[in-house]
Amino acid sequence: MEMLTGAEILLKSLEEEGVDTIFGYPGGAVTDIYHQLVKTDIKHFLVRHEQGAVHAADGYARASGRVGVCLVTSGPGATNTVTGLATAYMDSIPVVVLTGQVPRALIGNDAFQEVDIVGITRPCTKHNYLVIDIADLSRTIKEAFYLARSGRPGPVLIDLPKDIMSMTAPYKPVKKVNLRSYQPTYKPNLRQLNKVLPLIREAKRPLILAGGGVVLSKGSEELTRFAKKLMTPVTTTLMGLGVFPPRDQLWLGMLGMHGTYRANMATSRCDLLIAVGVRFDDRVTGDIDTFASNAKIVHIDIDPSSIRKNVAVSIPVVGDCRLALEILNDLLEKEQLDGINEARAPWLDQIEEWKSTKPLAYEQGDVIKPQYVIETLCRLTRGSAIITTEVGQNQMWAAQYYHVDKPNSFITSGGLGCMGFGLPAAIGAQVAKPDKLVVDIAGDGSIQMNIQEMATAVQYGLPIKVVILNNQYLGMVRQFQELFYDGCYACTDMACAPDFVKLAEAYGAVGLRASKPEEVEPVLREGLAIEGLVLMEFRVEKEELVYPMVPAGAPITEMLLV
Amino acid sequence: MNESMNEKHILSILVENQPGVLARVAGLFSGRGFNIESLCVAETNEPQVSRMTIVTIGDLGVVEQIKKQLNKIVDVIKVIDFTGKKFVQRELALIKIRARPENRAEVLRMVDIFRCRVIDVGAEYYTVELTGDEGKISAFLNLIKPMGIKEIARTGALALGREKK
Repeated sequence: MEMLTGAEILLKSLEEEGVDTIFGYPGGAVTDIYHQLVKTDIKHFLVRHEQGAVHAADGYARASGRVGVCLVTSGPGATNTVTGLATAYMDSIPVVVLTGQVPRALIGNDAFQEVDIVGITRPCTKHNYLVIDIADLSRTIKEAFYLARSGRPGPVLIDLPKDIMSMTAPYKPVKKVNLRSYQPTYKPNLRQLNKVLPLIREAKRPLILAGGGVVLSKGSEELTRFAKKLMTPVTTTLMGLGVFPPRDQLWLGMLGMHGTYRANMATSRCDLLIAVGVRFDDRVTGDIDTFASNAKIVHIDIDPSSIRKNVAVSIPVVGDCRLALEILNDLLEKEQLDGINEARAPWLDQIEEWKSTKPLAYEQGDVIKPQYVIETLCRLTRGSAIITTEVGQNQMWAAQYYHVDKPNSFITSGGLGCMGFGLPAAIGAQVAKPDKLVVDIAGDGSIQMNIQEMATAVQYGLPIKVVILNNQYLGMVRQFQELFYDGCYACTDMACAPDFVKLAEAYGAVGLRASKPEEVEPVLREGLAIEGLVLMEFRVEKEELVYPMVPAGAPITEMLLV
Repeated sequence: MNESMNEKHILSILVENQPGVLARVAGLFSGRGFNIESLCVAETNEPQVSRMTIVTIGDLGVVEQIKKQLNKIVDVIKVIDFTGKKFVQRELALIKIRARPENRAEVLRMVDIFRCRVIDVGAEYYTVELTGDEGKISAFLNLIKPMGIKEIARTGALALGREKK
């Protein structure tokens, strides 16, 4: 049998998994791996901070549906991945993080650049491994990729001691994973799904709530078919944006804390809520006791622990979202659905009334409104760009005013709310989709959390467009302070910031700025037409707030409107 | 949504005998704010498999969530909740009881009644081994307390389902 070093076995195993892209950062404990990596066809993207490497792998996974891979060294390299792992874990994104570790003989010795990364990341990974025997190496990699992408996806970390990477052993590719303790349920129980039909027949005000699970299961088409067949309106969580055509009459927009008036009202008034691939996060439900309190709830999710965690449901269905919707669509073929348009009319009329009386709105005055920037961006790109976001007001305005028309194209840190996510995620998305327009919608605060990744994007010629909504505040926290903390703006003033145009130029990118409303469209047009990395700064209304807003913990019908 | 009463549940968890599996299970309880009343773990007849017996307290919703979360851990093979099932339960306690000349006879009488064994005799203390369910151990401890207890080591509950008769 072929004798290979651990590093070679690792890389062969990665190639077996179809890995052709790695985001990483070298260091002492992974020098053996890097030494071999450059001899392979795997493309390596050198980030400027390990956090950026995980977010890039994450963005790559979200845009492509493949497993994102990240390689970093031991100690600080490993700890810098924790935020990225937690981000991917909360949003169920398949990522494999490879960390270097000190040689086995030094483990536990407080050696140079040693941390117990397996211990540290246990609660923020789906699973993790420390390889202590080279004989386990290729099987471990096989398992890690299988775990990352199967069932409810998630990040997996593999810790690789340096001496294992340099020693030799026979290599035999592992072809099959055999984990008796891990058997995710894909095929939903038909009896449970059959129970949904009478509820659909009886419902007068049905509503579909779709989430990230529909994106992950590639269930967007089935969902759209299901909704249209039943003439049932659709709302999504932040993670579900893109699974339903945004210009369809059945589309309600996002629900929750910053959801549309009609989506929140419909959720509250519906008599049947079909929830697919969601986990009823507190930002979605608001006050749990009043959430969808008039409705019977059908909850479809691949993770049994998501069901009945926060919300009591009438019909739980454990399984793959796409498969479940496919079966429901098949079952509906036999149903008499004549007259469904008439039957739905009062409900859809009601929704239309909510929409027309309380739409998402802003007034563009003398100062640039952030919403106007996003709306113009959406018009110019016809909603077909891949959007990544940072976190805060910029994220919510992006969700409200950029209407992505496909799944896998609204890439945002939903669960963890991780500032600094957008730019490195855009790098990953652009690497995954080189022909697509990728735009990072950012705030002046969060862009500075991983601004160093500008260098990565320039180095690899990634033509990302960064749109900074600069209000000179940590706007979302400032909004909380204005509304709920008597306007005491404790430490949210960010007026001291770099000159973003000059900063872009310093990185070798193009910087543009718009300070007046009439400059918004020309700057966007100019920036979008430039081939390389462009950073566009929009000096927006400083005290603009995100509306509607449901105060934390209040019923979602109690919205503060403009 | 959880309106039922807090109740004690004995969970038997079969896990792959992998490094870190105890930390995964214990970390789940601490990280999600679940209670552990006792925890007992050792290898089974299959060396790759360990059995953890955990006594936890919660209402039905919480215990359902605990079981689902346990099942999500990759190394967990099976979770059994003995609540509502027929099972046998034992705990082992080692107890150092003050045994002065004037109460030695009484201690030995109690040991006899509860079918314990004295496993170590010192100048002032008897170390007693007691097995039984939680009720028996508590009853013994309550009775023996006035005589003076120096130290206690308890295993926590162990349980297995009853076989069909």
